[in-house]
Amino acid sequence: MRQLRLLAIQFVYENVRFWRNAIAAFFTVALPLAMMVILCLLLGSQQTSAESAPIYLSTFYVPAISAMAVIGACFTNIAMEVAISRDRGLLKRYRGTPLPTSILVSAKLTHAILLGFLLVICLLCLGAWAFDATLQDMRVGMFSLMLILGSATFCALGLAIAAVIPNAEASPAIVQAIVLPLLFISDVFLPMDNAPSWLQWIASVFPVRHFALGLQSSFHPLLTNDIQEWVHLVVLSIWFVVGLVVAIRYFRWEPKR
Amino acid sequence: MGNSYAIEVEGLHKSYGDIEAVRGIDLKVKIGEIFALLGPNGAGKTTTIEILEGFIEPNAGQVRVLGYDPARHERTYKERIGIVLQETEVEEFLSVEESIQLVRSYYQNPLSIDDVLAATGLTDLRKVRPRKLSGGQKRRLDVAMGLAGNPDLLFLDEPTTGFDPHARRDAWDMLRNLRELGKTVLLTSHYMDEVEHVADRAAVMISGKIVSEGTPQELAHESEPTICFSADKNLTFPKELAADVNQDDDRYELSSPDLVKTLHVLTGWAIENSVELENLSISRGSLDDAFVKLTQSSEEKSED
Repeated sequence: MRQLRLLAIQFVYENVRFWRNAIAAFFTVALPLAMMVILCLLLGSQQTSAESAPIYLSTFYVPAISAMAVIGACFTNIAMEVAISRDRGLLKRYRGTPLPTSILVSAKLTHAILLGFLLVICLLCLGAWAFDATLQDMRVGMFSLMLILGSATFCALGLAIAAVIPNAEASPAIVQAIVLPLLFISDVFLPMDNAPSWLQWIASVFPVRHFALGLQSSFHPLLTNDIQEWVHLVVLSIWFVVGLVVAIRYFRWEPKR
Repeated sequence: MGNSYAIEVEGLHKSYGDIEAVRGIDLKVKIGEIFALLGPNGAGKTTTIEILEGFIEPNAGQVRVLGYDPARHERTYKERIGIVLQETEVEEFLSVEESIQLVRSYYQNPLSIDDVLAATGLTDLRKVRPRKLSGGQKRRLDVAMGLAGNPDLLFLDEPTTGFDPHARRDAWDMLRNLRELGKTVLLTSHYMDEVEHVADRAAVMISGKIVSEGTPQELAHESEPTICFSADKNLTFPKELAADVNQDDDRYELSSPDLVKTLHVLTGWAIENSVELENLSISRGSLDDAFVKLTQSSEEKSED
């Protein structure tokens, strides 16, 4: 009971400090929403050739930007926040209090995951209402599974990257240098169908593309492919474990001296 | 081990690679006393206090704090201590009151928010964000967060470094408030006057070792008292004094291990020979002198 109360307090704190930090909130919340609106307005009504029925590009963008939003809320957010808190001595201060580490970390993860879910719900509603891109009724379960696994994976990877970031000054550069190129080669902004095969191969090693495609496959019958979905789930799971192991093995309470 | 000690340390060692930061120290701090660990930068004070806090594991030695081994990070131990680190920032997006409330929520029996604010002189600043606080006010917030859990033992690592004189006076008042709350306090400092004002006992630490320990008065006495006077430039002193006299133009300084005897010889000789000793005074070596002396002698030793 006391543990739950502590978790609730710590969660509220994570929430308050997130929303009061205008810059972080803008990048995490407003950016994906704006990106989706812009991409859908510019390109959303274009169609790709399909055998039976045309597919609007907005059908790709709504789930793809959902993936981007989750990556922002979980991976980017956690990596930067942990690196900065560590450099500022906040983590060490926690270490000296009775607050259990498990609750400190759980509150951060809960905040990131719920923020991601909230963003995805906003994006789905906006997509359905404004851009004719709807999640198939039959696929809500699979979409949710993909979303939960993706959130967990990018949280773990966020903690893992935070562990290897040398200092807070380097964190935005390192995190963006990882995220931006991956978003571009992972069917998030642009279709990768015509990309060179080596680039496709690189993209398929990393989790971003599997997450984006995994979410997209629930948006149109022609995009649904059971075998591919299993591949997405397996690759995401592997990255989840890798992230978790690195995060636990290399987590630091204090900045490097 | 008795119950009257909050901190008991024996034969403590800590090395970082080839550098020996702490080289075998023994330390006992009684419950309810304000104990200062005094020394220049790099003396090993922070390493010692962080071992007691549980952040650093020693290479050798016995450490018991409130009956606990700090390295085990037991939650019940954390409940009973408060930590103010040397270099730390506070959460920039929370007000003074919110930061303290957050820390309070981690403890079973925290101090009331009003008591914390009053003890640290932050009552009027409770709604203010750290960005608008001065250095001294931020440091008081650090202390407030260390105090919030109502700890039996409070660690303060250089609580006033970088303060202006006024802020330091305020901080000393705050430390004296802590004594009234019955807290045991272990603080580190490199200011002598701070120790003279707030500490019950102090240990001087140099190059990883404790070179002297006692009340601030006892430490001050380790420097010999000095007799000062002005007189004619060309005096010839009696044999038993001549060796101890330092002359600077018409100013004389006479250091003495046995003040009464030296004074007797000096004044007797002056009356006999009609020597006028103007501005005759005795300076009672301050803690600063003792500190400088201890530091110098330790450096000489390490050069050997």
